[in-house]
Amino acid sequence: MSAVPADVLPLRRSPSLRHSREDLIARGVLLVVVAFLVLFLLAPMASIFARAVQDNDGHYVGLVHVRAILATPSLLHAVWNSIWVSATVVLISVPMAFVFAYALARSCAPLRGTFRLIALIPLLAPSLLSAIAFIQWFGNQGVLKGALQWLGISTIYGAPGIILSEVYNTFPHALMILLTALSLADGRLYEAADSLGTSMWRKFFTITLPSCKYGLISAATVVFTYVISDFGAPKVIGGNFNVLSVDVFKQVVGQQNFGRGAVVGLLLLIPSIVSFVIDNRVRRKLRAQLSARSVPFAARPRRAFDLAMTAYCVLVCTLLLAVVGMALWTSFIQLWPYNLTLTLDHYRFALVEGDLAPAYGNSLKLALATALFGSFTVFIGAYLIEKTRGLDLVRPLIHLLAMLSMAVPGLVLGLGYIMFFNHPHNPLGFLYQTMPILVLSVIVHYYTSSHLTAVTALKQIDDEFEAVSASLKVPFYKTFFRVTLPVCLPALLDIARYYFVVSMATLSGVVFLYSPDTVLASVAIMNLDEAGEIGGAAALASLTVCTSIVVCLLYALATRVLLMKTQAWRSLSRR
Amino acid sequence: MSVPAALAARLSESDSPATALTIRGIHKRFDRFVALQQIDLTVRQGEMLCLLGPSGCGKTTLLRIIAGLETQSGGTIVQNGRDISQLPPVKRDYGIVFQSYALFPNLTIAENVAYGLVNRRKPRAEVKARVEELLTMVGLPTSGDKYPGQLSGGQQQRIALARALATSPRLLLLDEPLSALDALERIRLRGEIRRLQQQLGVTTIMVTHDQEEALSMADRIVVMNHGVIEQIGTPHEVYERPATPFVADFVGKVNVLPAVALGGGRYRASRLELQCAGDCGDYAPGTSVRLYLRPEDRAVDGALDGAPNRVHGLVTKVEFLGGSCLAEMSIDELEGLPLHLYFSLNQLHDLGVRVGAQLEVALRSDRIRVFGAKGAAQ
Repeated sequence: MSAVPADVLPLRRSPSLRHSREDLIARGVLLVVVAFLVLFLLAPMASIFARAVQDNDGHYVGLVHVRAILATPSLLHAVWNSIWVSATVVLISVPMAFVFAYALARSCAPLRGTFRLIALIPLLAPSLLSAIAFIQWFGNQGVLKGALQWLGISTIYGAPGIILSEVYNTFPHALMILLTALSLADGRLYEAADSLGTSMWRKFFTITLPSCKYGLISAATVVFTYVISDFGAPKVIGGNFNVLSVDVFKQVVGQQNFGRGAVVGLLLLIPSIVSFVIDNRVRRKLRAQLSARSVPFAARPRRAFDLAMTAYCVLVCTLLLAVVGMALWTSFIQLWPYNLTLTLDHYRFALVEGDLAPAYGNSLKLALATALFGSFTVFIGAYLIEKTRGLDLVRPLIHLLAMLSMAVPGLVLGLGYIMFFNHPHNPLGFLYQTMPILVLSVIVHYYTSSHLTAVTALKQIDDEFEAVSASLKVPFYKTFFRVTLPVCLPALLDIARYYFVVSMATLSGVVFLYSPDTVLASVAIMNLDEAGEIGGAAALASLTVCTSIVVCLLYALATRVLLMKTQAWRSLSRR
Repeated sequence: MSVPAALAARLSESDSPATALTIRGIHKRFDRFVALQQIDLTVRQGEMLCLLGPSGCGKTTLLRIIAGLETQSGGTIVQNGRDISQLPPVKRDYGIVFQSYALFPNLTIAENVAYGLVNRRKPRAEVKARVEELLTMVGLPTSGDKYPGQLSGGQQQRIALARALATSPRLLLLDEPLSALDALERIRLRGEIRRLQQQLGVTTIMVTHDQEEALSMADRIVVMNHGVIEQIGTPHEVYERPATPFVADFVGKVNVLPAVALGGGRYRASRLELQCAGDCGDYAPGTSVRLYLRPEDRAVDGALDGAPNRVHGLVTKVEFLGGSCLAEMSIDELEGLPLHLYFSLNQLHDLGVRVGAQLEVALRSDRIRVFGAKGAAQ
């Protein structure tokens, strides 16, 4: 047979297939998604970089702002404060979550499902809620102020308050990562160890800990990034303790100093990017670690151990509930500590009478719009990347942008939005301070995790559906609506719920973007707290949490009904 | 072998049966890796063609290029006189079945089969009748209301076949259709696919890495390796007259003996002189060659009288395979190079083949294939 050496072959570009109408549609929609991500993620980020070397009138000034910051001791102090506070939170939150995750995944403690649900509640609350609750517990009029002083801490305002609040806020984030790491264990390793007569401690240090190494690294970076870029808690409970995130806010909103704000924003971007890179590496290793043949680990009852683990879970859950509980109680009493009669006045004030009354309704609107548009945008984007062909140069870009959104803290994204959309020459400037831009910013800010959910769901369905449809002369979009979408409906609902919940709680991105007409619940909580209306703030925070809980319950119900009605084929499966 | 030899012979002998597909100079490279090199192939109307080769040989890439799912780097494909090289998959005329079945899980079996029909705006009653006809054809007439998840793998693959055939395409592409099935189901479906294909007379290209599958189902086999076609031929040609050492090795079992040509069809392997009587090439004396001999190509007992290439050997190992056995023999003249020979179970008992037994066999001179030490057959 004619074996032509490879290097003799003509080296020209592959002739591409002529495009069918369907191909053009797929490409068109794909380009729209790319344009969306470029416009609402890449361009705002680019403006921050541009603004960092410009003065307020747009003239190039080089590194003036950087030099100014290096010459400002208070700012350098804020950098150091941000770093050590974040590191401290990592050192408390991650071990705490690890033991909790260990109890859930590796013990036979009763009520593990309930413990898990309680531990995830902080995800539903704006980060301000915990700060308000801790002020009520340990503040100047706090219930347990004495205990604080006994510990030698003079005041909760400042580093101690920030650390407490952030431990509460980051606990569920760390827990979810560690729980995944611990439940991916290969049961056969433990069986092998048992057959060799290995002691429990030795098993822990030689099997458990190494297998969770990546999970621990990932949890640590996620917590660190969360704390260093969080704005809500330090704003409320930070007092005069200066951290970077609050400083950006002051520079931009207070002093209108965009250049300096941009430089500080870029500083905040550094830890995020570093942790993004680490996290990406770790994820890859985590995937490689689990072979398809591994057998899930099943815990066996051990009385003393299970008892200790139960006690620990009860303790942590009590602490977590004490935080939400305090916020809830504050929202129902007249005025701590002078008048403890129960009242609905705070709710009335926050929802009906006060200046910020539209906030809750606005948040609901934002959450609904984000859930609807976000889930469809993300899903269609993920579908086109995973299942269609063509535009090979654009595809990696979408994926990169989708992953990059995670690396941009909300505060920095919001900053970018001001600089980009508020620019006098931007034709999209009309969006600034409107509801649509809030919706878009939230969709972009939480794109990564939604995108990954959609990609995972899509990867599970057969790659050949599109090929089969083409061979049957059925356009891909018909198969999309008839097969792909129904099969992925649970994932789509999951994304919608996620978007709803994060929209209700988000603060750091939107704080730069709202107008009096579009003020949101999280912003209103911050403003009420600043105005001393701590009851109203607590009422609004409690309402936010309750709304998200209701939505999660509705989601659980909807999935169950949907699964029964439209997904009959699932339950009928032989396997 | 279950292939009707007469049919195979008819197809290979008839001088110009109508051509269904002509592939000219197809090549494909992924970055620096060359997946296919200058593939030329003609597929005849109504034949079953198997692309056979080890994984990574380019057979699936070739099928996907024919389907338009992969773009060739160069070359042309003409189907029934129409150049389809640049057409997107939707514009081509074929049905396809994948290893993974690729049935739509949320649609019933009937809806799956009707998927391509509904799109052609056929009247509902007509679609229904056609679906029933197809389900009966694949032997699952009562499964229309079930979901794919309720069927076994073999049943699902039958449905995938029905769906691919529903629109009566002029070309059927099968991408390892049996590889996901268990052994028994695989053999059963093998026969059914072949029967259907012959009954409908639909031109079919099947990709497989399983030589037994290819030998039993194909009219013609295309053996591929490293992106190159090694041989095209009927199953008998490929098995009995492999064109290259690769084909001899890949299809069936074979003994390989390094040897030196002595001229006049005689070769010496170690100290053993062998006579070759088939089309064993004309190698100048002294040339290094390799002799290929299948384990079943030996004569014993009554057939020994007057046979050339008679050797004595010691049975060193017997591998029991069920109806037959593979014996390893050590022959003094071969100096340690073992010889593997098949014996039926009856021969095993009659000739007393067991470890430690002395045995005399004759290696069939008409079956020995000779290849140059490096190159192809001459």
